[in-house]
Order: sequence, then structure tokens, then C-alpha cells
Amino acid sequence: MNEQTNPAANIIEEPGERNTRRAFLAAAGIAGLAYTAALAYPIYRYLASPEEMAMNATAVTEVTLKDAQKLPLGSVLMYKFGRSPALLIHHQDGRWISMTAVCTHLGCTVQYEPEADRIHCACHGGVYNPYTGANVSGPPPKPLKLFKVAVNATGVDVSLA
Amino acid sequence: MTSKTVASSVYDWVDERLGLSELAAFARHKTVPVHSQSFWYYWGGISLFLFIVQCFTGVLLLVYYQPGADAYESVRQITFVMNFGWLIRSAHAWAASLMIFSILVHMFSVYFMKAYRKPRELGWLSGMALLGVASVFGFSGYLLPMDELSYFATKVGLQIPSAIPGIGEAIANMLRGGPDVSDFTVHRFFALHVVVLPAIFVPLLGFHLWLVQRYGNAAPPSEEAKPASERKTMPFLPNFLRKDLAMWLIALNILALLASVFPWSLGKPFDPLAPAPVGIHPEWYFMSPFEMLKLLGVVLQGEAGEIAGILLFTLGIVLWILIPFYDRGKEFGQRARAAHYFGLLAVFALLATTIIGYWTIR
Repeated sequence: MNEQTNPAANIIEEPGERNTRRAFLAAAGIAGLAYTAALAYPIYRYLASPEEMAMNATAVTEVTLKDAQKLPLGSVLMYKFGRSPALLIHHQDGRWISMTAVCTHLGCTVQYEPEADRIHCACHGGVYNPYTGANVSGPPPKPLKLFKVAVNATGVDVSLA
Repeated sequence: MTSKTVASSVYDWVDERLGLSELAAFARHKTVPVHSQSFWYYWGGISLFLFIVQCFTGVLLLVYYQPGADAYESVRQITFVMNFGWLIRSAHAWAASLMIFSILVHMFSVYFMKAYRKPRELGWLSGMALLGVASVFGFSGYLLPMDELSYFATKVGLQIPSAIPGIGEAIANMLRGGPDVSDFTVHRFFALHVVVLPAIFVPLLGFHLWLVQRYGNAAPPSEEAKPASERKTMPFLPNFLRKDLAMWLIALNILALLASVFPWSLGKPFDPLAPAPVGIHPEWYFMSPFEMLKLLGVVLQGEAGEIAGILLFTLGIVLWILIPFYDRGKEFGQRARAAHYFGLLAVFALLATTIIGYWTIR
């Protein structure tokens, strides 16, 4: 490496010359970064497309469940609200209750158990109240979010409360 | 320890095990001839760069592409639904064309500089094999969107192997996965395009590049005739590499421009009952062989003529591939001149048949 010393080091420079070179290198560096960003941006957006589509799906504020008014007493209908699963329960006393079915603990899908009249998460044994969504026992830190339900002759409309 | 000593001890550790300084010493002594024809030395590197682009954009397309019955729908999604999907697909299609183009330029420059002569015969042969695999890449990739054009292109293209007497039909059926171009064909071509061909291409390319390192760039005969003191060279590192990278940047810019200004289109989904669309023609790099076969079919009529045409065409390609074995001399003698004229004839035939092909599109 000894004979390969930088030839530029042997040239005596004017102080101004060094500044122009530094400015040039800085400009070249910025141009290079901008170029790389211009290449990386479309690739990132391309790969992020499914995520963006899912985000658009969460923008849903209302779902119409056709013919859901025929749901018998004491039974449940699973449906998709936006991109996450949700429950529509027709209780024995005739009340209609709907809430998200995503457990607030680690995101498993919960289920309604009519015989025990509770909402249960099989993953870690979380239990919720089937009327209010309140977390009753087990690890869930928060209640399940309730939706507003409107029953009419052709179906059931569920919307954000 | 300062960061400098850490870096140097890491380097020493790796160097001791991988022999980096030998490589560095080799790279320092590597030179590239400088003469009036030096410009042509960049085309191998440009081809390599475009192949790398194909690997990247290909993997990106693979993220959403589905072979088989959903092929068209998935390409439609890539083109019209996914952000910048049209650009990725367009870049892949354009880079394919540009790669074939730059390989052809590379091939003819090697041919006319007589760089295939001893000891570089294997470089020429592996290069021809790479061109062959690259055209199968092009042919198989063309079917994958399963639109009208790709359907008919594949249908017509597979008529060529089926014209081989005796075994032709069996070969064509094997490639198609049945008597007709169908979802089976897409699956086969997909496996070929993303698994089999890369598995052949990459080691061949490694061999080709290793030979270039071993023997260096060939100088044309006119340079070799000069005494050693009059020949000029430049160091590979950093001079040639810097110019090489500048060429890559230019190639990338041209690709970006073409891909965004002329986005690749997607036709109607294929329909086996639909008539062939008006003006259908092969990709430009297949235009010449198609036209040659068509013209030979006019001259030599009937089934015997078809076979004779394919034989004649194959003979031309074999002669081209075997050029290092009958133009061997160092000097620019009679054989060398004959090879030179054969090369000019090949360029003329390629250009003429391509022009006739485009001229006669109905």
C-alpha cells in the first residue's frame, strides 16, 4: 500500500479549492441520497399496498347484515366489521347486542357460549359479559367495544357506537 | 482501541481466513486495454446490471403474482391496484428487452473484435449459452400474464419445436402440458421462469465472469498487431470500475424513463375461442428468427421445405456458435476475413428480417 498513497495528498491546494471540493462532495452525497430515495419510495409503497388496503377497510363505520333479523333467540352470528371479526348476539330475552370479537388481551377471536351465557376467549381463558362487553375475568385488560344495533324488516344495521 | 484499529483487526481476522489481500492485489493489477474500440467493453457489464435489475423486479412481482387460473387477475391487480405495481411490472418487461439488446451488442462486439479466439473459446460458448437461456427467459416470461397476446405468442412459438419430425409434437406437448396452451402451461412456464432458468443462468454467468477475470479483456487484432510499448491500458480499479458504474447509472435512468413514460400494457384476458387479434407479432428479439423461418418457408414449400428451413436455420446458428474453432489464427488472414464477412452477413440478415417482419405486420 505504500506506493499507493493518495496522489491528491501531494498536490498543494489553495484553501478555496478544498472548500469547493467539500461542497461538491456534499452535493454529490445529497444527490445520491435523493436518487436512492426515489428508487426506494415506489418499492416501499408497492410492498405496503395490502396494509394500505386493510387500513381503508377499517374506515368502515356501518355494516348491513342482510336477513340477520331472522337470527333465532339465544344464538350468535359472526360477521366482519371492517377487517376484524365481530359478534351479533340475539339474547334469550330478545335483546340484540353486537360487539367486536377481537380479544383485548392478545387479539384472538372470542366466542359466545349460550349455555354459560358468556363470551369466552379460548387462548388464555378471558371472559367477557355478553351484554356489556365488560371484561369479567382472566387476562383481558379492557372491555370489548359495543356497536349500535338497529333491526328492521330486511336485516340488521350495525354501526360504530 | 480506536475505531481504526478495530476496523483493521476485523479486516485482519477476515483476511486471514478468506485471503482478501490476495484478491485486492489481483484487483490492483487488473487492467483494461484502451483503444478506439474500448466503448464496447461496457456492454457485458450493462447486461450484467440489467440481469440484476431483473432479479430484483422479478422478486417484487413474485410477491403478488399467482400462476395458474388466477394468473391474469393477479397481474391485473399488480398493474392497476397495487401502488406502483405498474412501474415494477413495466421495469421488468423493459429491462428484459434492454438486457437482450445489450447481450446482442456485447455478442457482436466480441465477434468483430475476435475476442473468441484462444484462450477465450469457453467465454464465447458460455456467452452463447447465456443468450440462449436469456431468450427462453423472455419466451417463458411473456406467457405469465395470460393475456391475449401472451396466449397467442406462446401458441405460435411452440409450433416451432412441433415442426421437428418425429419427436417434435411430444416436445411441444411436454412444454405446454397438454395439446393446448392452458393453465397447465402457465404453471410449467412459471416453474421454468423463476426456478429452473435462474438455476442454470446464475452458475453459467459465474463461470463466464470468472473467465473474464482469468483472461482479461481481449484487444482487437489491430491492437494486438502493435508492439507492446504502443498499447495503452487503464487500471480496472478504480478507473474502469468508475466508468462501468457510470454506465450502469445511465442504463438505470434509461430504464426508469422507458418504464414510466411507456408503461407496459395488459391486454384482454386470454380466451381460447377468440380469434387472434389483428397486428399480432412476436417480441422484437424473436421477430428475425420468425421472419427467417417464414421466408425460408416461401422459398422451400411444403412440409419438406419446413424441415429444410429449420435445418438451414439451425446450421447457421451452429456455425455461429462454433466460430472459435475455425477462426483460430492470431493474424488477420483469409479465415479471419471470412469470419468477419459472416458476421456482417449475420448483422445484415438480423436487421433486414426484423425490418421486413415489422413492415409486413397486418
